[in-house]
Amino acid sequence: MNRAGCEPVIWYGLSQLSKMGLIVKKPGILSTVQDLGRYGYRRFGINPTGVMDQAATRLLNILVGNADNDPVLEMHFPAPEIVFDSDCVLALGGADFSASIDGIPVENWRSYFAHAGSTLRFDKKMLGNRCYLAVNGGLKVDEWLGSASTNLTAARGGIEGRRLEQGDVIGTAPLPSSNIFAGRRVSHSLIPLYRPFPTVRIVPGAEFDMLDSPDLDLLENQDFLVSNNSNRMGFRLAGPAITPIRRQEMISSAVNFGTIQLLPDGQLIVLMAGHQTTGGYPRIAHVISRDLPLIAQLGAGDKVAFFLVDRSHAEKLLLEFEHELNLLRISAGYRTRPAR
Amino acid sequence: MNDESYRIFPLGDAALTVDFGNAISVALNDRAIALAEHLTTHPFPGFIECVPAYSSVSIFYDVAIASKGLPKEATVFGSVSNLVKKALISAGNTSTTSSRHLEIPMRFDRESAMDLEFVAAEKNMSASDVIDIFTASEYRVFMLGFLPGFSYMGELDERLSIQRKDIPRTRVPAGSIAIAGRQAGIYSLASPGGWQIIGRTDLDLFDPEKDEPCRLRAGDLVRFIAVK
Repeated sequence: MNRAGCEPVIWYGLSQLSKMGLIVKKPGILSTVQDLGRYGYRRFGINPTGVMDQAATRLLNILVGNADNDPVLEMHFPAPEIVFDSDCVLALGGADFSASIDGIPVENWRSYFAHAGSTLRFDKKMLGNRCYLAVNGGLKVDEWLGSASTNLTAARGGIEGRRLEQGDVIGTAPLPSSNIFAGRRVSHSLIPLYRPFPTVRIVPGAEFDMLDSPDLDLLENQDFLVSNNSNRMGFRLAGPAITPIRRQEMISSAVNFGTIQLLPDGQLIVLMAGHQTTGGYPRIAHVISRDLPLIAQLGAGDKVAFFLVDRSHAEKLLLEFEHELNLLRISAGYRTRPAR
Repeated sequence: MNDESYRIFPLGDAALTVDFGNAISVALNDRAIALAEHLTTHPFPGFIECVPAYSSVSIFYDVAIASKGLPKEATVFGSVSNLVKKALISAGNTSTTSSRHLEIPMRFDRESAMDLEFVAAEKNMSASDVIDIFTASEYRVFMLGFLPGFSYMGELDERLSIQRKDIPRTRVPAGSIAIAGRQAGIYSLASPGGWQIIGRTDLDLFDPEKDEPCRLRAGDLVRFIAVK
């Protein structure tokens, strides 16, 4: 176990508190502040946005002593270069971009203490496409309609409703003197099994019965390539054309994160965190909640295969993960009860 | 209300949709809005939000909270479905809040009404005929979607029914008023879009600083007033 960068907490006193934040030296290609999403406004056409990989975000937030929903930084590669303006406790996870602080490697899923003035860099894309930075106390940014998530369409939330730019300062909370969140890690059993060619489990959608058995065979037994035309709104998949037995003119209704729509050309699109609220294409299936993080870490050129499960199994897997998070939260709370 | 009048299906493993029929009709839309209002004012344990559309309501819920707070069924989907079936009876067929009547000023200058001439030519009429027909009707806001505050309105006079553009524009200016099929809509924000643009309003349809950022709501009745 490499313990580099993991040091005892040192308290510097109040003079350090005046200017606190993460200074963005290089913004990276697409870095935004997100939380778990903005809810209650879908009926106005305002989509939840939020992080692509909720499992990573929640695990990292719990690890550094935050609430699950505290704002984190979602980074794509090339990732930003960030200077910590004050001491902080942080953790990285999701994609592995080969991070280092002042040249010392930083592992994913571990919490570290970073001194004021140290620099976080990412050298190489090793696995996955979205890396998360959680900081003890959460990122202090603009909320819009009850959420810190950046909505690029509405240009609200996060840092002025936009992606990071050079010179931005992202506010952080003062580090409590009793902070003992550094030097901990998430147990391996909780970390999603990210890989560039995952099999993700799906449940049937409303128009699932449009598919005949050859279509179903394609859906379940073929690989689908994540095309270049993929982003936070949705992943367009390239694969064998699915030609349903009947066509159906559909009027628009709500769609969801993980909804798999069948386009008129027989190709599939998987709706992701930034999806529009409504859609009019057949919803043949949905990625189950538990496996959304696996697909959320894919990028152009990666592949995915689908495996049908039933609804009760999908619910069971979701509840199982919630239970595991609860246990993690309880153990975190026990070990970190502040001394009085 | 008989059981065949709607269908409930899962929208993934943490949401479901109540579908009243695959049609654009005021009666079905009324039922959708009434159910959405009822659920929003009487939230169940685990309820996150709901989205009324043309003839459906999608209900998003927290599976963990609903599994603890609702009577047990084989699945949480089953528990929420049961609750929704009861809510359908309480909600009735029409919304309790009466429709608002709104007027939207609309310009038809050449720069704003980018497709007005095209629509007129396609329909063998003059641009002023298109304007007269378009402004003669009152439109119901069936739903909001696609963009923050984008309103799907209907029903457009059959004489103006026209298909979308073959190649969508990469940027439609905010306030653009457009038609497609038997629908009308307003681009509340600048965005890519494929509808035929026949005019523009200077009214802000989307103001992020307001508690309710979108000017229009599902169920509103809208008239377009031609201005110079």
